Parts: sequence; C-alpha cells; structure tokens
Amino acid sequence: MNVPAQQEEQMEPEYKMSSENLDFYYGDFKALHSVSMDFKPCEVTALIGPSGCGKSTYLRCLNRMNDLIPISRVEGKVTLDGLDIYAPSLDVVMLRRKVGMVFQKPNPFPKTIFENVAYGLWVNGIKDKAFVQERVEESLKQAAIWDEVKDRLQDTALGLSGGQQQRLCIARALAVKPEVVLMDEPASALDPIATQKIEELIHQLKETYTIIIVTHNMQQAARVSDVTAFFYVGKLIEVGDTDTIFTRPKKKQTEDYITGRFG
Amino acid sequence: MSKNDRIFFEGSAAYDRGRKLKQAVFFNLFRAAAAINGMALLTIIYFMVANGWRAISWEFLTQPPMESMTKGGILPCIVGTVCLSFGAIVAALPIGIASAIYINEYARPGKVVRLIRLGINNLAGVPSVVFGLFGLGFFVVILDMGVSIAAGALTLGAMSLPVIIGSTEEALKSVPDTYREASLGLGATKWQTIWRVVLPSALPGILTGAILGISRAAGETAPIMFTGAVFFTPKLPTSIFNEVMALPYHIYVLATAGTEIEKTRHLQYGTAIVLIALVLGMNMLAIFWRARLRKRLK
Repeated sequence: MNVPAQQEEQMEPEYKMSSENLDFYYGDFKALHSVSMDFKPCEVTALIGPSGCGKSTYLRCLNRMNDLIPISRVEGKVTLDGLDIYAPSLDVVMLRRKVGMVFQKPNPFPKTIFENVAYGLWVNGIKDKAFVQERVEESLKQAAIWDEVKDRLQDTALGLSGGQQQRLCIARALAVKPEVVLMDEPASALDPIATQKIEELIHQLKETYTIIIVTHNMQQAARVSDVTAFFYVGKLIEVGDTDTIFTRPKKKQTEDYITGRFG
Repeated sequence: MSKNDRIFFEGSAAYDRGRKLKQAVFFNLFRAAAAINGMALLTIIYFMVANGWRAISWEFLTQPPMESMTKGGILPCIVGTVCLSFGAIVAALPIGIASAIYINEYARPGKVVRLIRLGINNLAGVPSVVFGLFGLGFFVVILDMGVSIAAGALTLGAMSLPVIIGSTEEALKSVPDTYREASLGLGATKWQTIWRVVLPSALPGILTGAILGISRAAGETAPIMFTGAVFFTPKLPTSIFNEVMALPYHIYVLATAGTEIEKTRHLQYGTAIVLIALVLGMNMLAIFWRARLRKRLK
C-alpha cells in the first residue's frame, strides 16, 4: 500500500484532453450529441466528416472559442490534464494560452510579421525584449517560415502569400508555448505546395505538442494523423487508429464516407 | 432547332428589348438622382461665392466686426466655431466610442442593449432646437456654466453622440471576427483584444464618423444660440467659460436681426462661404486622415 511514487505515476493522466458526453447547442439546435473522446499527448488526431457534421464545433469546444457565440450552450465535460475546462473557477484566458488554435483562413493581424508573433507574448505580460526576440525567431523557425521572412520582420504580415500567412499564424500560436494545438482546416485555403509544407510541419510539431486537426481532406487525415475520428450529424460515429479507420472501419457510415460514397 | 426552341427564342426577342429598355430607364433615373445631388451642392456653392466673394479678404478673416457689424471681419466667429467644434469632439468622442464598444463588444444581446439602442436612435431624432433648450436648462442653468464654450460644446457633443456611436459601431462591426478569435486564442483578455487589435483596425472608420458628426454639428445654430454663442462680442475667448460668437449664429443674426440687413448682405454670404469652407475642410481632413490610416494598416 505504501508506494506513493508508483501511485503518483498512475495518477498522471494518460490523456492530455478528454471530453465526456459533450452536448452543444446553438439556441435550440443540438449540434453535438454526447461526444466522448480522449486525446493522448504528442499525438495527432484528425476529425473528419462531411460539412455541418459538428467537427469544427467540437474543436472549438476544446478551447471554449464557442463562448463567443451568445446563444450557445454546452453540457457535459471537457478536461485538460484532468481539470474541467468548463468549471466556473477556470480562467478561460489561461486555458486558451495552453490550448492554441490555428484557423481555417489565415488571419494574421494587420501588423508587422514580428508584432504578429510577439503579440501572444506581449498580451501575456512578457516585456523582456531579448526574450521576445529570441522566442519570435524560435517560433518562426519551428513553423518553417524563418528563412522566408527573416529579412523583413518589420514588413506587414498582410503582404505574405496565403501559405506564408498560415505558417505565420502557426508560429504565432506556437510562440506562447501551448500544450495543445487545435487546427481548423489549416490547409483548406492553400495550394498543394503550401499544404505539403503545413503537413510536414504537423509531423515535426507532434514531438512536442498534442495536435487536433479538423480536415475535409481524407488523404490529409491519413497522412498526418495517428488517430482519426469520424463525425456525422453531430455524433461521433467512430474513432480509432488512423490505419484501422482507413482500412477496416467498423461502421458502415465511416466506410461509405472514406470510400467517397457520400459527403 | 426544335419547334419549342424556336418559340422560346422568338418570344424572347421582344422580351429582351423590353428588359433592356427597362434597365436603361431605371439606370438613367438613378443617374439623374445622383446628378441632382451633385448639382445641389454646386448650386449652393456657386450662389454663395457669386454673392459673397467681394466680402472675402484678409481683413474679413482677421478682424472683429465693426460699426454695428456692417464692416470689419468675422474672426471672433471663426475662433468661436472652432472652439465649440473642438470642445464637442473632446466631450463626445470618448463617451461615444466607449458606448459603442460596450454595445458592440461587451454587452450580451438582449433587453438592455435593445433599450440603449432605442435611446440612441431616439436621440438622433431629437430636433436640434430641443438640444439647445436642454443645454440651456441643464448645462447653462443647473450646472451653472453660463452661456459659454463649455455649455455650447457639451450641447453640440450631446447632439453628435448618436452619429459618433453609430459610426463607431459600424467601424467595430467591420473588424473581422477572425481577428478577435486569433487574439483570444492566444490568451489575450477581451480588453487586450479590443485595445490592441479591434480599435486600431476600426480607428479610420471611427475617426471619420466622428469628424463627420461634429462637422455637421458645427454648422448648427439652434443648439448653440442659447448655450454658447452670443449676438456680439469683439473679444476672443480666453477660457472655456467665455461666451463666443459663432459662424452659423452670426449668419442668422446678420440676416434677421441686424440693424441694417441690406447693407450686410455680402457679409452674410461671405460668412456662409467661410462656414462651408470650414465644414468641407473638416470633412476633407477626415477623408485624408482615413486614407492615411488605412494605408498604414495595409
């Protein structure tokens, strides 16, 4: 009985994030039906499914971005490191620092490239110039865009191409050292070459981060993810190893979707 | 070509002529409407300049009125109107912007917001003379400011509030939500998001709206005739509690209440030219400023 060290090890949550019977409502419309799912640390999970299936809504529940929608309502439980992120005592600002997000459309601020990446540090109270400088460089390198922008950090970010803007947004998200990175169709507005760069990036990032990515592109899901979850009309139909989902799906709906029979 | 196709195409020739004619008629109507607008402005300016250009001179712009206002210039009126407008901006801009931020960024849509909006919309519909009387009752008498720049500017400010709030709200709405999401997603608070991302993006729109609102108010007579402007004072103001002369009120006085209305006719037009130039100048400034800010954001 007296083995606290071992016990502590067991206490360490196996999952970085989890959701338990998560329901989500837009007004009277129930967009998510009792979604339960776990995310292991340093894994890439892909959420797939046809438009309107609730995968983006689910993603945005994980950093409480849906709070911004006035008529929305959440029931059930979402945890980060075992802590309920919808608990009244939880600081949503801290949550969002730990659970970063990259959006569908590249959305750099109308500021310089440097300011875009430094923004997250500044708002979190980091003023040390040398530190910020260093972290900006590190983040831009991590996002594989440093070489393209290192000579024009003081230029406006809006002058970059779409693919560059998206990698800048990834750098911006990484600068605050999140633990989980949510990506909402990060490559859907990009051309194939830019998409490939983003996918390579995801491969590298998963060594450090837990990544959850929504994608419409099934090849992309197959290429980048360890785990794939299939959503349909607000329900989580099936979740499993990506290999299994794409070769031996258990549910007929999953099979129909991944073989292109609908959606 | 089958028989049905033929019917379809033969039928459509007449129909096509008809709809093209209709389009031409409507577009020309719209064109005429737009032209009437432009003509109105040109006519007013032409009328003013033709009748008043003789009055415009260096002395006119730099001297106080003399000899029962039949000679001399309108310097005190120019200074007075500039002071009143500037004061109105200082008073109304912070309150207007803050209200718009509250309504658009903080408040949850519901009864309270609807009530506030209703209030603002009604404020916009209140006649300017009522604002004048309100200013007289509240600022001049109750707050004991007397007839002064302060009371006049606050009254003008109150009158421009709905315009400022409206244009600020429009400007805030035009800031894409993706900026807000990106900022919040990085662990910024709502206020940091507003201060560092939303407001800088909305600034061009806010400033133009504010200046357009104030320049509209600057030309008003009714709100200041009981609160800030006087019939005649040759002194330039030295404090915000001084009374002043003002361009719109001066025109009104010369045209209706002067001792020798006919003799001052060209001065009335001259004053009107200066007032219009001032208002147009402020509008130009607003447009120029907006263009510069927009360029910097790009």
